[in-house]
Formats: sequence, structure tokens, C-alpha cells
Amino acid sequence: MSAALVAEAPSALELRGINKRFGDVVALADAELVVRRGTVHAVLGENGAGKSTLMRIAFGLERADSGRILIDGATMHGGSVQESARAGVGMVHQHLSLVGNFTIAENLELGGHGRFSPAATRERLSRLSEESGLRVPFDAMVRDLSIVEQQRLEILKALSLGARVLILDEPTAVLAPTDVSELLAWIRAFVSSGGTVVLVTHKLREALAVADEVTVLRRGRVVLSAAAGATDETRLAASIFSDAAPTLSPPSTFSATSTTAAVFEAADVSVIDAGGVTRVHSANVIVRRGEILGVAAVDGSGHRELLQVMAALRRPDRGVVRGASRIAFIPADRARDAIIGEFTLTENVALHGLGARRGVMPWTSLMAHTAGLITRFGVVASSAKAQMRTLSGGNQQRVVVARELAHEVDLVVADNPTRGLDLKATTFVHEQLRRAARNGAGVVVHSSDLDEVLALATRVVVVFHGAVLDAPLDRDAIGKAMLGATAA
Amino acid sequence: MSPQRMTDTAAFLEASVRTATPLLIAATGEVVTERAGVINIGLEGCVIAGAYTAFVTGVSGAATGYLAALASGALVGLTLAVFVSMLRRDQIIVGTALTLLALGVTGALFRARVGAPVVVPTDAVITIPLLSAIPVLGAALFAQPGITYAALALVVATSWWLYRTHAGLALRAVGESPDAARAAGIRVTFVQGTAIVFGSALGGLAGGALVLAQTGTFAEGMSAGRGFLAIAIVALGRWRPYGVLLAGFVFGIAMAFQFAVQSLGWHIRYELVLMIPYLLTLVALAAFRRGDAPAMLGRGEDA
Amino acid sequence: MLSAPDVTQVLEAFWRGSLGTSSALISGTLVRAVPLMLVGVGTAIAFRAGVFNIGGEGQLLMGGVAATVVGLQWAHALGPGAVVASLIAGAVAGAAWAGIAGILRSRFGVLEVITTIMLNFVAANLVSYAVRGPLQEPTHIYPQTETIAPNARLPLLMSETRLHVGIIVALVIAVSAWWMMTRTAVGFRMRAVGTSPTAARSSGRVDVAAVSMTALMLSGALAGLAGGIEVTGVTYALYENLSPGYGFSAIAVAILARLNPVAVIATAVFFATLETGALGMQRDAGVPSVVATALEAVVILVVIGIAGGSWERVARTRDVAAAHD
Repeated sequence: MSAALVAEAPSALELRGINKRFGDVVALADAELVVRRGTVHAVLGENGAGKSTLMRIAFGLERADSGRILIDGATMHGGSVQESARAGVGMVHQHLSLVGNFTIAENLELGGHGRFSPAATRERLSRLSEESGLRVPFDAMVRDLSIVEQQRLEILKALSLGARVLILDEPTAVLAPTDVSELLAWIRAFVSSGGTVVLVTHKLREALAVADEVTVLRRGRVVLSAAAGATDETRLAASIFSDAAPTLSPPSTFSATSTTAAVFEAADVSVIDAGGVTRVHSANVIVRRGEILGVAAVDGSGHRELLQVMAALRRPDRGVVRGASRIAFIPADRARDAIIGEFTLTENVALHGLGARRGVMPWTSLMAHTAGLITRFGVVASSAKAQMRTLSGGNQQRVVVARELAHEVDLVVADNPTRGLDLKATTFVHEQLRRAARNGAGVVVHSSDLDEVLALATRVVVVFHGAVLDAPLDRDAIGKAMLGATAA
Repeated sequence: MSPQRMTDTAAFLEASVRTATPLLIAATGEVVTERAGVINIGLEGCVIAGAYTAFVTGVSGAATGYLAALASGALVGLTLAVFVSMLRRDQIIVGTALTLLALGVTGALFRARVGAPVVVPTDAVITIPLLSAIPVLGAALFAQPGITYAALALVVATSWWLYRTHAGLALRAVGESPDAARAAGIRVTFVQGTAIVFGSALGGLAGGALVLAQTGTFAEGMSAGRGFLAIAIVALGRWRPYGVLLAGFVFGIAMAFQFAVQSLGWHIRYELVLMIPYLLTLVALAAFRRGDAPAMLGRGEDA
Repeated sequence: MLSAPDVTQVLEAFWRGSLGTSSALISGTLVRAVPLMLVGVGTAIAFRAGVFNIGGEGQLLMGGVAATVVGLQWAHALGPGAVVASLIAGAVAGAAWAGIAGILRSRFGVLEVITTIMLNFVAANLVSYAVRGPLQEPTHIYPQTETIAPNARLPLLMSETRLHVGIIVALVIAVSAWWMMTRTAVGFRMRAVGTSPTAARSSGRVDVAAVSMTALMLSGALAGLAGGIEVTGVTYALYENLSPGYGFSAIAVAILARLNPVAVIATAVFFATLETGALGMQRDAGVPSVVATALEAVVILVVIGIAGGSWERVARTRDVAAAHD
């Protein structure tokens, strides 16, 4: 749509003067968003800027403290998913909200009323799939679908409820590059046939490639709203980060040679999961002192199992592993695997090496050690006795990194170490990983964000379908390898 | 088979079905509760509460007794629902407390009824002409108290409701993924609370059936673990109503075995025979892993 | 309905039965507090470690059986060591009985809540069988065993009372358990596993299954010890009604103590007072003593209702622990 036509199109979704607080935290302050019919509107912002909250309010999952929601010009009461669904709004969540143990038909029908007939649903589904061009294997259980198929199903679900305004919350975060371009093409086709899309993202390139208009949120406020053609990456970046856009520190330059000592070595290693599926297949990997080995992979490729073997949390089912004993591990799911929210910081630090500890806990020295870490690693916390859950996510991660890297280590295994962190905390974690490598540890990093892998790594391996392959430090080549395309 | 042997077998099967009825009712209710993600350890309390209520009110007729038993189970369930679904407290601890509470309260009330009648008329057997005359199986299937037929109908209705209505779909979604359910506009707390109350009410009805269709009297602690057995039956039946039907009869046979032993004159200690259902539970639970269990079962919703 | 004089009478009966006379306090309430304390401490440890051992009752009974067998069969051969041997046998039997549930949990992923309850029924029937079958007293009239030899009995703490040295054992164990949970690596591992098995495994490299098993068997050992102490210190023989539901009351004891082993000392005495007082009410005022059970349940509900917070977390992580073997 041309810029002039966009400006004239009637609004499909309007959010006016939206305010929302969670306890003492202001999530949204007078946020405004006008999405015009037949357009793609990108909503940009850092983690925690309020994008998701604003969308949840638009969809009725949250109720705003004040403000107005209009859909096709009609005022909504807000706070009800049914109401917004009736008005034609559908939402596809960042964390897909499908029931794994349900069939596709059952998932599609979730939230309906009256009798439920799987056969009729299947028929409706196949018609819908035909019309929209979104293909899914009809008879599968959802847990057996790929991420791409699950996402298509989510969109189909919204469409089947009659959605004409689709809110897509970071839909590309979980996708491989070619799937991303396919999705963006679908979005353009959908709006050209009269639909409307709100695309929540933190990727500037994507937003500019597909959107007609962009709105930028910062700390709950709208700081920029403009036609996509009237802005560019630099300006968007500047408004997303309050100051001049900080850049990630330049890539490490160290290059390990084959003479540097290995801290981890896997020969012909295979991992088979509980269901009998081979997750890692005859892998050969070496990690050397001083290098940062980037592990690039799309979800479900077997890299998670490989990292667990490296961290000595899992024994391979076949093959030989030789590794250092002093290992630091930074798991991807902090709340689940790295910290205990209701324990004090000292107790969380004491988790390190707990399995092998004997006798009496030296609480006094552990407390002093923790207090030292708080100062050294710049953790914002009242004291070593504070409960872990009272800390912000970034500070929790600082404690985790401090705990793992305070001791001399030979091998560092970090799985998505900066997920959910703001830029400052991310920079901090990156610095610590680089420092560990400089001090002679071998560092292994995986991130769902390929750019983060590239920013950190001195060498990259790609895991695809359980196979571990060496890859050049080249974004396009790695992207292809992640999808199993042979590097030309 | 000799005629005497056939009569014995027929009587044994008839007793098995009759014994299985309370277990089947409680387990069918528990399927619904567990499909919504909650293990109802208070089910044992519902059974004893229902048994006592039916014992007290049964004099006014079996129907009154059954209704009162349903209501008393629902009351226990309502308490559990408030604690678990609304206050988000630990379902196991609250369930345990409710079972203890019901055992204590019914025991106290029963002992306080010194001098009151100790027997209630039992529910009449409804004999279906012709079919009940079928050798061996006839009496087991077609000469049972009304509540047995009701239990069978309940299994069919529950299965249809779970798999062929949107409400059933919503309930199963709550037990699998509360987030997905909520995103689809399902009121998770309400659905889960209702499932708890429903299952508990059926637990009460099971207690009513125990008194009105089996024993005709009340004794302290007479539920004797039937609520817990029902939980095991649900696991054994793979969380499906028809699976529960099958598993329920297996347990009915195991419990009716004590009567058979007596009539056959076998020299096995009575106490050892009484152990069979509990041992069977342990073996059955170990043999059948929790593969099909609802993902959220027993966990508290925000897991 | 009770009239005003009745209420006074009932309360007086409660007071006389529990604390009002030195014999009620020492021979009644304190003696009854011993098993509640031991099983309560065991329950607190298990719950803290995220293991829902509801099987204290069965473990106590099996401990009683084992102690009786030692006291009857080997007391003569063991001489002065007979008491200690009986108590050790009780603890081992309790641990083994809990271990069955432990194996079912770690090997097959069966919820220990259900298995421990089932094992309670099995144990109760086993005791019934034992006192009517292989262990019945020689005249074969009463459903009980012969009394154990004098050298297999726990010494009394105060002459002319029924208070035995078991209470010292219980107090020492309660304090030791508190020290273990708060000050030692073993205890910290249990707390970590009980609060977040995933973090304990990934960040602490803790063997979650082993820690759960240890906690379960330790709590079983304490319940078994309680059974041994009841036989060697109070009944001197095995009866069907060896335990008037100590295993269940102990859950209330542990929860009211908010799973703190030292606080268990106080809550055990509190519930023992409730129970002996209720018995007094039944004896002197005709009020059924099962009221105490109901009261205990209400206490659990009130405590959970008011101070729920930390409990939710226990529930949430429990299954994850069961899933990792």
C-alpha cells in the first residue's frame, strides 16, 4: 500500500491512552497505537519495553488500568478474550499456546461451545488451509509438529475464529531464516487480501522489510510512530535505545590453533533420548583453551543434548568423552535450572558443587564469598541474605554468572546466557564470557539469536539433525547449514 | 462346569460387579478431576462422608440417601476447590487434611448416635427379565441395584462429554496446558474448581452406593481406602472412562475374592486376602507408567 | 446440644485427661508425644525434600513388628544389647517399608503419595495377620503377641510413671534433624531438591533421585523407630491397635511446625495434649475422641490457608523430581 493510501485507510485497531501498572512497575504510560485496515504495523522495542503487555491488553488477556480500545471504530470493554475475538482480533503468542497432547482438530476447536465433532472440524480446517495457503498435516498430534507447522496452526486457529486483525508476538524469534522470509511473504499476502497485521518484533530489518507503519515503545511509552518508508534502521535503533544506539563489543579475535590444549573432546558421541530418538549422532567436537566455540542450531536440532554432554550433566549413549572437571554451566532456563527463587543469594551461590559437598555447610565463609561476588560483579541486591526472587532478571543472571565464573574453570558451557536480559546485562554477560576465554578457559556458547553467536564466537559449529558440522564464520553459510542446506 | 461350580462363579461375578460399583463411580469422577490437572487425595474423605450421609438419610428412601451422599461429597470438594483452585494451595496436603477431617467427623458423629438404628434398607435389585437368566454372567450384569446401572451410564456419558463436547475439550485443555486454555478464553480456575466438585460429589455418591447397595450399615473408616483405590484405578485405566470401567472391574474381582475364599473354604488367612487390592494397586501402578497422564497432574497451576 | 454445665464438665474432662494431673501429663501426654515427635520429624524432613510420605503409619507398624520379633526371638541371645537391637530393627524395617515406595517412585515414576497410603493398608493387614497367625501368643486366644523379655524393654525415665527414655531419644533426634537440615550438606541438598529439583540437578550437580530416596528412607526409619519405641517402651507386645493413627497425626504435627524439626517438639506435645484430652473427654464426659482427628485436620487447613506460600512450590516441583531417575 502506498503511504498516502495507508494514511487514509480506516483504523482496524486503536489503543488510546493505555496505562498499566504491575505493583510498583509502570508497564505502560499513555500508550497509543493506531493500526489501519489492510496494513502491517510493526511494534518495536527492547525487552520489557511494554510491547507484549500492550498486545495482551489489545487482545483482552490483560485489562488496562485506564485507556480505550477500539476495534473497527467500536469501543471495547476490554479484559475479555471472547469480546476481542468476536470483534475480529486474533493473537499468536510468542510462546505458542498449543496443547501438545491434543490433535490439531482439538487445538483448533479450543474455546468453542456445544458439541464437538472431530470430523466436521477436520473438514473446516482443510477448507481454511486451502483458502489461507497455510498447510499443516491434519491428522498429527501437535507435539509431533515442527515449530513452523505449530505456528501455522496458531494462525489458522485465529483465522478460524474469524480474526481479521492478527497480532503476531515475535513470530520470527523461533524460526529459521528461510521460514522467516516465508512468513513475511504470507503476512504481505494476508494484508493485500484485506487483513490487518500487528507484528511485534525486536528485529529492525524485518520490521522495515514488511511493515507499512512502525511504532516504537520505550519503558511503556510510545517514542516514535511513523510510516516505514519515512524512517530507517539508524533512527529506529536510536529511539529504541534512549541514547545513541550502543553496539555490541566487536567480535573476539583470538583464534585457537590445533596446538592449544583441549578442555573437552567428544569422539563419535551419540545421545538417544527417552523416546528412543537419536538426538546427537556420531558427533566429534573439540573445545580448546582460550577459544569461544559458537554452537548454531535451530530448535530441536540436538544442540541442547550436546551442551548437556559438554556440561557433564548427561552421559552419551555411545562414544567417548574426555573433559575437564572444572566446568561452569549457564543454563537457558534460569528460573528452572539456575536459581532457586525462595533461597537467599548465599544459598544460591552454595548450590555450586553441592552434589559433591560433604559434612557441615560453611555458611559464614559462603556468605562472605557471596558478598564479595555482589560487589565484584555489580549485582544490585540489598545483601547476601536477600531472597533471589526479589532481584530483577538481569541481576539474577549476574549472580548465576558470578557463581559459575568466580572459580577458576576449564570449560564454560552457556546456553542462551542473555535470554530476556536488557542490553546492559547482555553486554556484561558477554564481557564475562570473553574474560573467561582470555583467562584460558574453553567457552561454548549457544544462542537462539545467530547474531549473538557470531558476535561472540571465535569458531562456529552447526548442529543439524544431530550432526555436528564445522562452519565458516559467515552468516549466510551458517544460516544455510542450520537448515541442512549443503554449503556451496 | 458342574452346576454347583457355575452357581459359585455366577455368585462371585455378581459380587464382583456389586463391589466394583462404588469404585467405578468414584473413579469416573476422579477421571474428570484428574483430567483438569488435580489429584483428589480428599476423595477418600468424600467416600466416607457420602457413606455416612447416606446411612443417616437412607431411611427416607434410597434416592434421598444418594442425593444427600452426592451433596456431602460436593461439600468436601468445594472446600478442596477453594484451597486448590482459588488459593492455589498444595492439592496433596489439602486433600490429605480433608480425608482426615471427614474420617474424624463421621467417626465422631457416628459414635454420638448411640441408640439410633444401625441398619438402613438397601437399594432394591432391579432384575431385567430374560437377560438375568443367562447362565454365569446374567446375574452379574442384569440383576444389580439401580446404582450399578447408573454407574455404567455415567461412564458412557462421561466419555461422550470428555471427547465430544467443547466443555470436555476445555476441561482436558486445563489439565494439559492452562496457559493455552486461558489464551483460548477458558476460565481455568472455574473449570478446575468445577471438576474438583464434580469428582468429589461422585466420591460421595460412591460412599452412598457402598452403604445403600452393599453393606446396609455404617462403620467407622468403612471407606477402607476405596477413594485411594479409585485414584489407582484412574491411572490403571489410562485416564479414560472406558479404561476405568475395565480397571474398576479388575479391582471389584480382587475385592470380591475375600467372599470367594470364604465360600470355597480355602485355607488362606483372611487378613492376607484383604491385602490383595492394595498390592494389586502397587503392582498396577508400577506396571503402567504415567505416559498418558494429563501434563499438569498434581502440579499446581503455574508449573 | 450441650448446655453450659456440660461444657464446663467437658473442658474439665479434657484438662484432667491431658495436663491437669501430673500422671496425665507425664504418663499420658508426654508418652504419647514421643511417637508424634519422631514421625513428625521424619515427615518434616520428607516434605522439605519434596517427598510426600503419607506412609508414616505403615512404617511405624512395620517398625513395631520388627522390634517385637527381635524382642521375642533374640532377646535372650542379645542380653543387654536387646533394646538397642530392637530399636535398630524397627528403624531398618521402617526405612525398608518406605524404600518400597522409593523404588516405585524412582524406577517407575509412581506418585509416592498413593504408594505410601497403599502400603499403610498392607502394613495394617500384615499386623492383623501376625498377631492372629505366626506371632500370636501361645494360648491363641488374644490377637496379640507374647510380651517381650524384660531386657528388651526401654528403661523408664521416672519410676512410678510410664515415661520411658524414648522421649530423650526423640528430643535428641529432633534437634539433630534441625541441625542436619540447616547446617549440613546433606540437609541443604534435601532442601534444594525439595524446592527446585531442576536447579539442584543442573546447577548443583545433585543426584536428585538419590537425595529423594535418602529423605524418604530416613523419614521411614524415624517412623519405624517410633514403632520400635512404642513396643519396647509402652506396650511390650504387638497389638493390632499399636498406633491410634500416629502416622496421620504426625502430618498435622509437621505442618503446624512448618516443617521445622525443632518446632515439631512443641507441636507434637500440643497434638498429644489434644488427643489425651479428647480421650479424657470420652471417658469422663462421653464425647467421642475422634473429635481430635477432625480438629487436627482443621489445624492443617487453617495453617495451609493462612501460611500457604512455601507449600505451592513444593507441589510444583514434586513431579519433576519423580521424572528424573
